[in-house]
Amino acid sequence: MKKGLILGLLVAVLAFGAGLFFGRNGKQDLKISSSAGGASYRGGFKAEGDAVSGPAGVIHSVAGPAPTNVVVVKDGESIQAAIKAAAPGTIVHVMPGTYHETVYVDKDDIRIIGVIEEGRRAVLDGEKKLNDAILYSGNNFVAENLEIRNYKGNGIMGQAGNNFEIRNNVIAESGVYGVFPQLGQNGIVEHNVVSGIADAAIYIGMSDNILVAHNEVFDSVAGIEIENSRHAIVENNYVHNNSGGLLAFVTPGLPIKDTVDVIFRNNFVVGNNHPNFGAPGSTVSGIPAGTGILVMAADDVVIEGNIISDNKVSGIIITDHAHASNITADPESDPNSDRVKILDNVMLRNGYDTITEAKALLLADGKVGARNLDIVRVGPSPGSCIINRHQYVTAGVSDFAECDFTNTAATVNYLLPPVPPREIKPGERGKVVYLGICTGCHTYNGRMIGPPVQVIQALYMDNPQGLADYIATPTRKRDDYPEMPPQDYLDPETRIAVATYMLQVTN
Amino acid sequence: MIRALVLLVAAMGTAGATGPAPTDFTLNTHCPPGFEKTRAGVCELRTLYQFYDSLENRGLGGTRTALPPHRDGFTPQQIDLGRYLFFDPLLSGDGTLACASCHDPARGLSDGRPRSIGIHGEDAGRAAPTLWNVAFLKRFFWDARADSLEAQAPGPLYSPREMGNTPVQLLTSLNGNATYRRLFTQAFPNRRGAIVEQQVYSALAAFQTSLISLNSRYDRYVHGYDAALSDREIEGLNVFRSFVARCSECHTPPLFTNEQIAVIGMPEPAGQPFDVGAETILNSPKLKGGFKVPTLRNIARTAPYSHSGAFPDLRSAVAFYNKGRGHAVPGDMHLYLHWHISDPQLTETEVDRIADFLGALTDEAFLPQTPARVPSGLTLTKRGE
Repeated sequence: MKKGLILGLLVAVLAFGAGLFFGRNGKQDLKISSSAGGASYRGGFKAEGDAVSGPAGVIHSVAGPAPTNVVVVKDGESIQAAIKAAAPGTIVHVMPGTYHETVYVDKDDIRIIGVIEEGRRAVLDGEKKLNDAILYSGNNFVAENLEIRNYKGNGIMGQAGNNFEIRNNVIAESGVYGVFPQLGQNGIVEHNVVSGIADAAIYIGMSDNILVAHNEVFDSVAGIEIENSRHAIVENNYVHNNSGGLLAFVTPGLPIKDTVDVIFRNNFVVGNNHPNFGAPGSTVSGIPAGTGILVMAADDVVIEGNIISDNKVSGIIITDHAHASNITADPESDPNSDRVKILDNVMLRNGYDTITEAKALLLADGKVGARNLDIVRVGPSPGSCIINRHQYVTAGVSDFAECDFTNTAATVNYLLPPVPPREIKPGERGKVVYLGICTGCHTYNGRMIGPPVQVIQALYMDNPQGLADYIATPTRKRDDYPEMPPQDYLDPETRIAVATYMLQVTN
Repeated sequence: MIRALVLLVAAMGTAGATGPAPTDFTLNTHCPPGFEKTRAGVCELRTLYQFYDSLENRGLGGTRTALPPHRDGFTPQQIDLGRYLFFDPLLSGDGTLACASCHDPARGLSDGRPRSIGIHGEDAGRAAPTLWNVAFLKRFFWDARADSLEAQAPGPLYSPREMGNTPVQLLTSLNGNATYRRLFTQAFPNRRGAIVEQQVYSALAAFQTSLISLNSRYDRYVHGYDAALSDREIEGLNVFRSFVARCSECHTPPLFTNEQIAVIGMPEPAGQPFDVGAETILNSPKLKGGFKVPTLRNIARTAPYSHSGAFPDLRSAVAFYNKGRGHAVPGDMHLYLHWHISDPQLTETEVDRIADFLGALTDEAFLPQTPARVPSGLTLTKRGE
């Protein structure tokens, strides 16, 4: 079960065997490249206007200017109560203490910032009873300096919020994912310490333009997982004692179908040999415990400058959907890891206790008596390349081309400047609310559930405010019509906008 | 006895003796609620969701997320012609069933049955899906075998287990009806000559894309009115989107479906054979028992639940997910169950709260008007009863 992910490897041995006979006549010449110089990889992402962000314009913040409105939550009080009362554009300072709650944020520009006093943090403790610590769907969300423990679902989970920053948090024993932004664009996950997570400690799901940096992730099934996401950089993280360290996946069956342009660089990927305790049926439950970096069906993954050591199955595994027997099928997903690029990495003592299937692959590749395994590839991986391949013990990468670049220095990060909120003119808002809501009961000149718009116009011709007030708290005006339900869920600006619009409709 | 009556009514209809005069029918020149008539004379959807964005323009995410790309741009006349066709039993083989028989406005645009019943009284095998918000869908049928509303229409029209018509009979009936000839000319002014199948499908598609439900209390919450949901419903929303229950991973807002095929291992009702779902359509054994994730909008209006009606009410449908991964899979069968099917061990209260929240997804303000009469003069005979 645990090895389900690459159970199909044996089938592939035949194919590699054939390659041994027909493809590898004579030893390849040593080609030695220096990554200190040479061409640099430019990722696939270009910001609008084709602006190339050079080191001078490095973006360190994506959530926009900090709000000036600050509220303070003290031990014994409720963080959620403060957020509920807060207007969009509020910093919630949480003082040290213990908070047993699920915090949800469905408005924009909310920052939850723990105050650390002499090492004492604001602790969100789910006591293994609560589901998630923080759920956010608002844009420009920031969570900092918190400690999160003992939740059953996720530590911090985002659903479609853009421009998020999740930093300096300590998250332990908190369910399925420690940090899980999903369906968001432009986010930073940095300086978090995440451990004891049953799936991925940090999981970027279906998101674009992401930076995951300077985190420590350990004692989890997966360290950092980039899944069905594009333009992500994972750098300078310390990834140790997970079952699998760094993952770039395409999971089939998700609505966004690809993972493209992921850079894994300058990470420590060390001793990821933790027994796999992934839930039955989860994709990560198929990861062989002892995997440093795993690429499955993701495209344009660059692996550069990492120290990858002491991972007992292999330093790097590159595979496809066909060899992952425990996952579903999706005709819309490309199953192969296309264009993997392996640049210089320090690889030490990997694959010292590898799985049977990998040993067979080594044999098929002519590596008789190999006691280590740094890189193994199974399944098609078209367009892939590597430099300094002679340094590593490999299986299945002999047909990789030589990369025509040696480093990723030209790609600083993929973050975007904070996008200012969309301006909606009152007239536009009024029209959309009129058409989207009012027309359910009113037509211009006919009887529907409510009276015709013409009649309303006659009554309120020069008095949009009167109409706006009426729709908030309507009273029964006509015996032959039902009473109008209050439209007080529309804010005052929207009510006046829609009243103004309704009074000038002409058909 | 009942069928005899049905046939009698049908015969009276086709005889035309009591049929309405052709001039009684006119097509609406206004767009349906929720739509703006543009200068080009076509109807375009307007909703507050248009002020939001979504990742890769896929219309999936959290609260203030844009909707997926949708179908609109039909003329008011095409939409209204589609409405007449939708309610007209002339479209079925024996004049007893209309589209509206199984997609009944009074029953959440579904039929309240575990599985629909065709013209011969036969079990159609699967439940009638709701038509709310089909304008946003890219896949149709439980097994996702059609990729447009126009491609979907022939399915029920010509299936002997559903409306049991044939293309020849359909076109003969429509072209033999002076009212329809006139209305089709109005709706499709650029085309002359006999009514063709594609016009029928196009008009039906036009009408169905007008079935919009985006003004539930949940939507009011989304657009910024916190008090739109009760405390219990918010609690339910948070369980729904939590990573313990994981409902929103597939029933993703704002439509509450991600339109993917998922193998979740729901049981068949007693006596029903196992339904392989999308396996045959996609020729993929790993998708055996896979079905398209249905929308949950107006879900409280469309009991019973599942592709074959295994669950009589909302709570039992929710409770299914709390009974353990694969608990209802037949013992001799291996299914590649979706990874989000887990063993969440929700409390009974949490299950209740999810059901409470789902009730906040109800909005039928734009329910279409049932025509008092249809051009064929036939009377809608409900569901072969």
